[in-house]
Order: sequence, then C-alpha cells, then structure tokens
Amino acid sequence: MGTDVLVIGGGNAALCAALMAAEAGASVLLLEAAPRELRGGNSAHTRNLRCMHDAPQDVLVDAYPEEEYWQDLLKVTGGRTSEPLARLVIRASSTCRGWMQQHGVRFQPPLSGALHVARTNAFFMGGGKALVNAYFRSAERLGVRVRYQAPVQRIELQDGRFVAAWVGGERITAKTCVLAAGGFESNREWLREAWGRNERGEWPADNFLIRGTRFNQGTLLRHLIEEHRADAIGDPTQAHMVAIDARAPLYDGGICTRIDCVSLGVVVNREARRFYDEGEDFWPKRYAIWGRLVAQQPGQTAWSVIDAKAVGRFMPPVFPGVVADSLPELARRLGLDETAFMQTLNDYNRACRSDHAGHFDHTVLDDCRTEGLAPVKSHWARPIDTAPFYGYALRPGVTFTYLGLRTDETAAVRFGDQPSANLFVAGEMMAGNVLGQGYTAGVGMSIGTAFGRIAGARAAAAALGREVRHGLA
Amino acid sequence: MASLDVLVQEARALADGQVMPSPEGEVARVLQICNACRYCEGFCAIFPAMTRRLEFHRADVHYLANLCHNCGACLHACQYAPPHEFQVNVPRAMAEVRGRTYAEYAWPAPLGRLYQRNGLTLSVALAAALALFLVLAVALRGTLWGATGTTGAVGGSFYDVFPHNLLVSLFAPVFGFAVLALAMGLRRFWSDVTPVTSGQPVSAPASAEAAGHVLTLTYLDGGHGEGCHNADDAWTLARRRFHHLTFYGFLLCFAATAVGTLAHYLLGWPAPYPLWSLPKLLGVAGGVSLLIGTTGLGWLNLRRHPLHGAPAQRPMDRCFIALLWLTSASGLALWLAAGSAALPLWLCLHLGCVMALFATLPYGKFAHGIYRTAALLRHAVEKRLPNPVGLGAD
Repeated sequence: MGTDVLVIGGGNAALCAALMAAEAGASVLLLEAAPRELRGGNSAHTRNLRCMHDAPQDVLVDAYPEEEYWQDLLKVTGGRTSEPLARLVIRASSTCRGWMQQHGVRFQPPLSGALHVARTNAFFMGGGKALVNAYFRSAERLGVRVRYQAPVQRIELQDGRFVAAWVGGERITAKTCVLAAGGFESNREWLREAWGRNERGEWPADNFLIRGTRFNQGTLLRHLIEEHRADAIGDPTQAHMVAIDARAPLYDGGICTRIDCVSLGVVVNREARRFYDEGEDFWPKRYAIWGRLVAQQPGQTAWSVIDAKAVGRFMPPVFPGVVADSLPELARRLGLDETAFMQTLNDYNRACRSDHAGHFDHTVLDDCRTEGLAPVKSHWARPIDTAPFYGYALRPGVTFTYLGLRTDETAAVRFGDQPSANLFVAGEMMAGNVLGQGYTAGVGMSIGTAFGRIAGARAAAAALGREVRHGLA
Repeated sequence: MASLDVLVQEARALADGQVMPSPEGEVARVLQICNACRYCEGFCAIFPAMTRRLEFHRADVHYLANLCHNCGACLHACQYAPPHEFQVNVPRAMAEVRGRTYAEYAWPAPLGRLYQRNGLTLSVALAAALALFLVLAVALRGTLWGATGTTGAVGGSFYDVFPHNLLVSLFAPVFGFAVLALAMGLRRFWSDVTPVTSGQPVSAPASAEAAGHVLTLTYLDGGHGEGCHNADDAWTLARRRFHHLTFYGFLLCFAATAVGTLAHYLLGWPAPYPLWSLPKLLGVAGGVSLLIGTTGLGWLNLRRHPLHGAPAQRPMDRCFIALLWLTSASGLALWLAAGSAALPLWLCLHLGCVMALFATLPYGKFAHGIYRTAALLRHAVEKRLPNPVGLGAD
C-alpha cells in the first residue's frame, strides 16, 4: 500500500500531524523510535497546554487574551522569538481544544499545587501519557499505520523534496513527510559538545540529567542540518532546563523529581556559597531558570537547604531529604565545608530582619527580604534556625533543547531560505523558532499542537494535490 | 511505628534487593512518587485524599487501599509505570494491601486465613453445602427425583422437600453469623481509619455523598464519565454496568427473600408464589440481572489487563463471581422446574449455593463492598475539612 504521508516521531506533534493528515483522507504511516510501552516521547511527561481565551472556557477561568500571552512569551524569551509564528501558536491554542477532545483528550481543572496556572493552562486529565494513549487510539481508528521501534537514521531528498526515509536497511517512500522526532536532549555526546568545557576544565553537560525520553537522540536534526543543509535556528545550549533532585534517574524522571522548596530556604553551591536570589519570584515562575544557574556552578550541583518551618509548604519531594539536627551536622552530611557553610548560613540568618518574621506568607510576594546581603533574597527570607534541617542536592535537568529547523507559518522545512514543497516539521524540532530561550509552562504543547496540525494538514494537501482549507494555517 | 533503626535496616535491605517491601510499604513508596507528580488527581478519590498527606502510615494505607476501585486509569496514564524503573502500579499495590486488610480485619481473626486460598475456601464451602442438602433430601425423602412431599404429587411446594422450619433453622444462624462477622470486621476497620481521616463524626451530607458514590459506582467512570479500563488503555463502561446488574440483582434477590419471609410470617402466605406476586417478580428480575451481571463480570475478568490488580487475588474474584452466577442460575432453574420431577434436585443445588454464599460472605470478595463503603464514607467526611497540607503554590 502506498503511503501519502510519512510521520516520523510518536509524540504530541507527530500524532497531531498524523490525525490531521488521516482526517484529510491521506494514507498515513507513523514511525515511532520507541517500543510501544515507551511511546510518546516527552509528551508522555507533559500535563497541560497554555491556552489563549477571551472569556472563561470550561476548565479555564477568567480570560487570557492574545496580547497578554504574547507579552508573557516576549518576556521569558527576552525577545528571542518570531512574532508571527508566536502569534500563530497563540491563536491556534484558543481553538484547538475541541479538536483534541474529539480525539479523546479530556481536560480537568488544575491540579493541587498548580492553581497559579488555572487561568492560563488547560490540564490533561491523567497527564500527557493519557493524551498520547488517546491520540494513538484515535489514529488507529482512522487507519493510521503505526510502527514501533522504527528509528529513522536518514532521509533522501531530491531538490529539496522528500523522497524516502531509511529505517536501518529499509527504505520507506511516501509522497510527503512530517518530521516530529524531538530535540537532541537525550544525546549525551552532542550535549557535551554543545556545552563544551568551562573555565574550570569541566564538561558541564556530563552532569546533566534528562527529564524525558531517552529516544530524542537528534539523529534526524543533525542529519538535516549537517548533511542536507536545512536552515537551522537556535543555540544548542538553549533548552528548557530545571534544577531537579540530583538522585533522579538519568532519563524519564519527569515531573516528580522537581525540588519545590528553593524559595523557602537558601541554595548553596559546592563551595557552600549562595549564588542567586532564591526568593526572586514564585517558584513556578522561576524553576525554569534554575537549571542554567546550577549548570554554571562548580560540579554542576547545588544544595537547597530548609528548616522544619518549611515542611508542608511545598510540593512533597519524591526522595527524602538529608536530615540533621544542627546546621554543622547538615553540612557534614551534605559533604560541604562546615566553616564556609556556617559562614553563609549565619550571614543569611543575620540578614533576615527579625521585624519581618511576622509578615512571612509563602502564598504571596511578602517582601520579607534580607538586608545587606549579596545576593539578596527578595521574599520569604526567614532565618533557617529550627531543627530538623533538610538538604536536597540539585542538578540541572534538561527537558528539551531549542536548536531546530527554521520554518514558517506553513511548517515547511527550508533549504537556502526556500520552503520544501513536501517536507514539514513540528514539535521540539522547530520549537526554537518560537522559543529562543526561556520557557513558560505549557507553551511546548501549544507549539507542538499548532505546528503538528499545520504540518499534517499541509502534508496531506501536498500529497493529495489539494489546497489547504482556508483558515487552518 | 517502627524505630528509626528498623527503618534504616529495612531501607538498606531494600536497596540491596534482599527483601521485598511489605504491601503497605510498597503503597507508601508508590504514593511518595504520586504525591510529587499528581497528574492523576482527576480520576478518583484516592489522589485528592493523598494530597492531604505527606506520609503514609499503616492506617492511611489501609484506608486508601479500600478507596481504590482498581479502575486502571492511573496505571495506563502513568509515566512511571513499568517498564519505568520506578515501577509504579497503584492499582496493584492497592489491591495487594486490600487483600491483606480483608484477612486482617476478618472476625474471628483466625478465619482471616480463609482469604489466603480463597478459591479453595469457596469450593469447599460449596461442596459441603451441596452435600448437606443432597444428603438431607435423600435422608428425609429417599429420593431426589419425582414425587415429592407428603402429598405424593409430582412437583408441589419445596417445603414438601424441606420443611420451612428446618430451612429457617439452617439459614438463620448462618446468615446471622455472617452479618455479625462482617459487622465486627467493619468495626475494627472503622476504628483504625477514623483517626487518620480527621476523626470527625459522619454528617448527613457526607453520608448522602458516599451513598451516591456507592450506588452509582462513581469511581468506575474514569473521572470523565466514559468509563474505566479493562483489557487495554481504552475506556469502557461495561464493568460499571455489569457490576450494577450484579449488585442490584443481588439486592433484588435479597428483597425477594425478605418480602417472602414477611409474607410467610405476617400474612400467613407461604411459598410457592405465583409469577405475578411481589416476591416472585423481585426474585426473577433479580436472578436474571445477577446472571447477566456475573456473566459479564466474569467475561471481563478473564480479559483484564495483566498489570491490573493482584494476580494472587484472581481466584478470590473469579470464585465469588462464579458462586453468584451459580446461585442465580440455580435459582432460575428452580423456578422453571416448578411442578416437574426435577424440582427436588434443583432445590438442593440452589440451597447449597445460597448456603455456601452466606457462609463465606465474611471471608470472600463480598467484603470489598463493606470496606469500600466505609472508606468512601470516611473520605466524604475528610474532604469537607480544610487540607492540612498547605502548599505555597496555591
């Protein structure tokens, strides 16, 4: 049976593309590198979609207008974004949920511990793996053929047109192709190369943990950029990067390895020194910068230290912390220099103004700040003085990388600034067009859904020799 | 609570792979992961109950395990499910503890052991009960076939085979004991889980809510109303519907017996009853419903996903379903055999099934309804109070 549309990848963007192409009447083959039980790429670890809406919508409260969404994105990316593509994603996020529901995705009100995004983010019931399961079921019902354990090593192009893909020694032809095979975050060698060696002689990326799938090796990304000279975008060191529990597994630690107590205590590096304002803003607005902050510390590691007063005020961590009845004992247990640690903690405790203690409120920006301390702690600064004391070791956890293929509002892969007529890209492989740096919760799924749907519709139209229905892209 | 040294030793042994964690320890391990993730909060009552806790002690685990309906939603949606190294399988961990709670809270305690080989327990009970009635019939009447009773006519009333008072003297103590044993087990469970679920008394709104969840099986709806899982990651309402047929069929049969008893003693109107009488209508409707329900549940059970629930408990589940099926099927056969020569034989078979069912009620799968109702009630009480764990992000 001839294939109209070949989809390479098995996550959210790939599935959106496959579903759209199948709905348009194309015959679709989807190649997923992972075995069935590990399918779905990083999408299996996601939980929500950032959605524009002008009025309350089922699970979304109030309004989140286009302009506010755009300003949020502009702020977190520091301007490293494309306004037309970003606005396309934002608008698509306001209309895609009905389609998602048709394919079996169910939404729910925000989870406990995530009420801060009740206005902006729609949560998938059961999280991303439930979404992935629903999409695969729907795809199979629509006749999409799915092959697992089918990693594509390279593709054949002719004058910028897709001809065939190679899975091992097998050549698979199709009229059009959608690339949605993820970033390169699981490729340790490439990360090492991208981050290089620092002034201390360390290879920082060797100490990174990967929060998601082990299958995002970036094979096709590199192949397209280096061998086919596809137009690329983004910096290979830019990524969604979080400070996570240092004991997390090397891959697939997902959401539960986060450490949410940073803003309630202090964070010290291997030299037992503080290095950044732990109370700059609410943790959910800051967690995505701490991965890079920790990556810049010696040994790419740091320790979040809290006392008994903080327990119960943050999301419970997956692994128990190191516990001690005194601060010097905690320093010893954490393997930190006791003198330097006590110097840091004593300086910090003295800088917490006692007249502020009564104002402490971890649910608001309480302005309980340190005085005469560098770096300052802007909020929630209370002395760390109540036993038992807890320490959690942190490491950078990479969610996904931003280096990708340059594209436009048609999701076409571009060669020498010319769009390919039948090769399209979606998901992490092009998220860098919108996210040059930084992150805001749920935007990765918004990008994957918007561009996956565009890529699928365009690929089907190109294969079937039709015009794309107006208004889709 | 175990001392710190014991905990440390256990942790070391666990880390070295020397011992398997206890079922309660496994639930605590899994929930520590779930509590840091919380993606499943929309599915059922377990996860909102979990977020009210930072640690999971024995009584918490017993309560949560009985709150779990083994719907499978959280397993299929889990990013940490096998083959992930965290090996999170909430429904299985909960089922294993649940099985232990049935045995542990059973009264009298030594009979809790009957849960360990529950298939054997039910089989022996059935064989013994059948033998009892067959032997009794032969001893009383000399034959299991044809002419019955004092009138010598073919067919006739089953009180001609076994006098009414004899049946009452056999069933009343067995049924009374079953009720007592279940009540004692429930009392012990209740006193264990009440302190860890706020200790507050039950209110009328909480009772009404829990009753609603029991009677509609809310937590087999997947959180979205479209059903739970059976063979794979697809949703199905089949289990919920077949369970309804089973549960309401059982209740109708029970109501038929109760109405019959009242008719006998208060109205002086003994069985057999005509088809268009209340006891018979209830009994036939209940029997048919129970037969369809248990056929469906059995069929679904044979197709359950291998990771759902505890494999060691499948004999308990299947034998209970089979016993209910036999009870309803033999009851319907008895009705159809009325007036025929086969009546005495069917009567013995049906009475044997009913007796085995009653005798094993406190030591078989039936207990799940009692403990789950209690857990749902405690949850309805607990959820009305502010969450004792206050997260900054909220």
